[in-house]
Amino acid sequence: SERKVENVRLIDTVTSRRASVGTLYLTATHTIFVENETEILTETWVLHSLVFSVEKQASTTTGCPLLVRCKNFQVLQFVIPQERDCHDVHVSLLHLSRPEHYEELYCFSYNANSDREDRRKAWDFINLKAEYSRMGLPNHLWKLTPANHHYKVSDTYPADLYVPKSATPPVIMGSSKFRSRGRFPTLSYYYKENHAAICRSSQPLSGFSARCLEDEQMLEAIVRSNPRSDFMYVVDTRPKLNAMANRAAGKGYENEDNYSNIKFHFVGIENIHVMRNSLQKMLEVSEAHFPSMSYFLEGLESSGWLKHIKAVVDAGVFITKAIAEEGISVLVHCSDGWDRTAQVCSVASVLLDPYYRTLKGLMVLIERDWVSFGHKFSHRNNHLNGDPKEVSPVIDQFLECVWQLSEQFPCAFEYNERFLITIHHHVYSCQYGNFIGNNQKERTELGLQEKTHSLWTYLWKNRTDYINPLYRPDHSQTQGVLRPLTAPYCFKFWGALYNRFDRGIHPRQSVMEYLMAIREETQQLEEQLASHEMKILNVEKQQKKSVNLETNMFDRSPAVWASPPSNSSVGLANTPGDYSGLGGFLKSPYQQKEPENSLLILPWPQELRKPTDPDLSTNGDDQESGIAGLSCLSPPNEESAKDPDSDETAYSAA
Amino acid sequence: MEFSEHIKTANVEDVVLRRPFYQPTKGTLCVTGHHLIFSNRGGDSARPFLLLLRNIDAIEKRPSVSSGTITLKCKDLCVLQLDIPGMEECLNIASSIESLSSLETVSEMYPFFYRPPFLSLQDQWGLSSTEQHYAQMKEIHDGWRVSQVNRDYSVSPSYPPAVIVPHSIDDETLVKAARFRQGGRFPVLCYYHRETGTVIMRSSQPLSGANRKRCREDELLLQAVIDGSELGYIIDTRSSQQAQQARMTGGGFESKSCYRGWKRLHRQLEKGKVLQESLIKLVEACGDQSHSVDRWLSKLENSKWLSHVQTALSTAGLVAECVERDGHSVLVHGSEGTDTSLLVSSLAQLILDPDSRTLAGFLGLLEREWVQAGHPFQQRCAHSAYSHVRLRHEAPVFVLLLDCVWQLARQFPLAMGFSEPLLLRLAKEVYASDYGTFLCNSDQERCVTGVKERTHCLFQSLLRANERQHYSNPLYERTELAIWPSIQPPSLQLWKGLFLQWTDDALHLVEAQKVIQNLVSQCHRPLNEKVENTDG
Repeated sequence: SERKVENVRLIDTVTSRRASVGTLYLTATHTIFVENETEILTETWVLHSLVFSVEKQASTTTGCPLLVRCKNFQVLQFVIPQERDCHDVHVSLLHLSRPEHYEELYCFSYNANSDREDRRKAWDFINLKAEYSRMGLPNHLWKLTPANHHYKVSDTYPADLYVPKSATPPVIMGSSKFRSRGRFPTLSYYYKENHAAICRSSQPLSGFSARCLEDEQMLEAIVRSNPRSDFMYVVDTRPKLNAMANRAAGKGYENEDNYSNIKFHFVGIENIHVMRNSLQKMLEVSEAHFPSMSYFLEGLESSGWLKHIKAVVDAGVFITKAIAEEGISVLVHCSDGWDRTAQVCSVASVLLDPYYRTLKGLMVLIERDWVSFGHKFSHRNNHLNGDPKEVSPVIDQFLECVWQLSEQFPCAFEYNERFLITIHHHVYSCQYGNFIGNNQKERTELGLQEKTHSLWTYLWKNRTDYINPLYRPDHSQTQGVLRPLTAPYCFKFWGALYNRFDRGIHPRQSVMEYLMAIREETQQLEEQLASHEMKILNVEKQQKKSVNLETNMFDRSPAVWASPPSNSSVGLANTPGDYSGLGGFLKSPYQQKEPENSLLILPWPQELRKPTDPDLSTNGDDQESGIAGLSCLSPPNEESAKDPDSDETAYSAA
Repeated sequence: MEFSEHIKTANVEDVVLRRPFYQPTKGTLCVTGHHLIFSNRGGDSARPFLLLLRNIDAIEKRPSVSSGTITLKCKDLCVLQLDIPGMEECLNIASSIESLSSLETVSEMYPFFYRPPFLSLQDQWGLSSTEQHYAQMKEIHDGWRVSQVNRDYSVSPSYPPAVIVPHSIDDETLVKAARFRQGGRFPVLCYYHRETGTVIMRSSQPLSGANRKRCREDELLLQAVIDGSELGYIIDTRSSQQAQQARMTGGGFESKSCYRGWKRLHRQLEKGKVLQESLIKLVEACGDQSHSVDRWLSKLENSKWLSHVQTALSTAGLVAECVERDGHSVLVHGSEGTDTSLLVSSLAQLILDPDSRTLAGFLGLLEREWVQAGHPFQQRCAHSAYSHVRLRHEAPVFVLLLDCVWQLARQFPLAMGFSEPLLLRLAKEVYASDYGTFLCNSDQERCVTGVKERTHCLFQSLLRANERQHYSNPLYERTELAIWPSIQPPSLQLWKGLFLQWTDDALHLVEAQKVIQNLVSQCHRPLNEKVENTDG
């Protein structure tokens, strides 16, 4: 059932000045705002699954404001004329954005009529068996164990797991009983250069003194599976205090005295609740209107966000050094082993293996360390109406760690920032089946591979949009292990993600876009060159025969970036910011006009802007957004009111 | 004076040099009048390491019984260490460096001795003169003229001999107006905006004083700019309170009643000691090796450097907005008119004027707006962020300009014809240089000391073919449009290339620049030409 409200105003939240009037529609899957009276159809589409919160604010004379915050950091403020309508929209949107059952999610209705068999096959694009064999497994040290088939040992683990060759079924069973939720130590990444391995598990149920012989044997087996070393590291990613507190509940961490040949190490990454609050604080800072530099930096600092990102990267660096430089295997765990453990293992993988710095490699890595190992996507990313305390930006932090690394090593990653942002978007969008549910068992039961599409094939089909033009497989940055600096100044605020819809703050021209266009043009030129040479050859062959060269065949269309600014469908206005600090004081004769001097920057690819993929369509009013800097005038005497020069005021008022 | 007086020990063997990006190396250290020369005995690299003594900002020595360590902190923010065998040698070297690096007589400085084979002293010094600049702007010839009123520097000691002023204002009026402006810096033209026919001018503060004195000629001069009918804006780079206080010491501001049609706006830009201390704090924060993010961000905030960047860009944006959007002329001034006024007027020109964004155009802008306009480089850049010497007139206004330009280039990576390496080169040259461009405090001083006859000009050197290649932006695509920067905090970033240039982090970014360069110039451009050659 579709709901429709007319004469709704959509306020530009960045400047809170400009508003557009239009009609608001609520469909089964989207909130759609269609602007009135525009020559080009301007629509804003918001997927219900992306709605984070809906807040009805106090009515004013102009109507009733409704604030919609999205999980992809878009913020929309509607003003609905009638309080009653606003109430209805509020209630409906709350209901629509918090489904109770998986079957209500968008992925089950998205493009449902496509060929079943094609869809099924597309899921095979990422294949974890192939990934393990790429690593060199199974081999004489590691074997595939059927222990968790039918999820009988751990219902949050994948069915296929790799364990040391010497780990017998009783050892696996015993160890799993001594670990939270049966998540026994198993292989995450095998570094074939020196046989060292990253293993992962949940915390041991050690309490203050409990021991488990099989668990000790399990760790011993891991040590033995690395022939060149006689000990291993056990990395507990929690702060020591948290781990100690767990002992009182019969959980805890490994006692070095009980396990022969381990070195125990805490890395102190905070828990999901701290991370949730930290993100919240950082978003408050990033959403502030015209904040001072000091407010921004102080707020960023007190949110603690970059400190947490650094903690994850630091842990990744520790493991990378252990594996690549010392040749020592590492067992990583936190409490349940599906949040911090996933972060740290996957960051280490990115640092260790150039493969994970390729498009397909990152897909495989997320599929392995996050999806298959039971990161609770649906809980953490709030897919269903659930416990808000389960929500936390855990995979978000991983994606940001990768971004921070790519900023430090601009030539080392095959994918670009947009790839990371797109994955972030779809982790929440529920448009594809990849991240639905909390573990493999749930996903299998939901029949996701039969009923939904895979994000990975979509991304792969559109991979030209996601390629980093600076990437060179043969570049020194690309080769081997990355050794990042982790000094505090290496960690920056990721404006392109957290202020994604606040286009005004982004660089007005993009080097990446330019280079991508160049690359595309280079390809075209190469083709043309080949065609010209062919032509010349033909001309030479035909010698004196009259050859009419059709010049228009070689008509070189202008490069994308050189399109004239009048092409407003791709142009983005570049207009002055608010330099007067008081929301504009100048009475400008130009203020009502379209910005004539808009400077072109390249937008997101057309593909993403089409209503057919509406979740990524940006606010249609981009072309005009910049004009706001001048459009709302504060009283002209506001500045001079403070002026010591008494006759100044008289002038201004005149 | 002989340099040798300062050199107690000229040569020391078996010195170990430690510097960023290099393994410690053992070699011979030699002190000359202007350089430290370190040569790697029988080493792999034939080229010795050369350090201009002028570049040394602070020297710290830790002598022990049989040897000593000298830490050299340079004005380009590099930190070097020398391990010198023998305590006496160590102390001698240290004292030589101390006295030679702080010589203040201009004619003894290295630019007077630097004679590269590729430049001749017969060449014109500088890129252009006021007259040449004027001649190129045909469209202003009706309304504006070149005045030689300052030909002997008597009207304003810090102005160049020729300036551009309204046609209707004669030299006599200028002389009188100059007496009403601090340092004789009466309003002069710095930019003419063709589309709107409006201008940006700059000056120093009017000397209205406590008694609200007036000057008919100064008022006439400004009236001539806006032709009586229009509106003009005076952007005062001080707070209104500061401007008010300036009256007590003989300075002041243009009151509305006296300057009809001019509306005054205050934007407080820091300068002088506040700015110098900001740089010191920032550099200290960047050098801090403790690894807590909390302390880093709070130190970055506490330095206020990025706040100064924000204010400068925002004020320049305001000026440009007045001119381009609003169609009104602007006069910019603070107090002396030699620091923040230049900062704001040159940034506003970069925002508005595509000609100033080419490599040659940008250097021309710097020559007009900073060198000729009398920014006191020698005073401002005597010391940088490491010096322990008590501050006098030091202030990194020019470095702040370069940072703001870098921010513009970061937001508009295709719009500038020059590249980050140029900005970095300038940031280094302004403190210690082989060239005479940044010597002295004014055009007059440069004439008196013979800078123009006996030194080479940096800007000309930078425009030589191979240098030009190195300092050009491979991504440059000229745009005629104004480039309006975002001044939102997330849009402004720490200039790593400068402040963290001696860390590995910067190294990776330099590598990336090379890849971009290759991508554009080696693969795209030649292909383009090839296609054109085969076409038809």
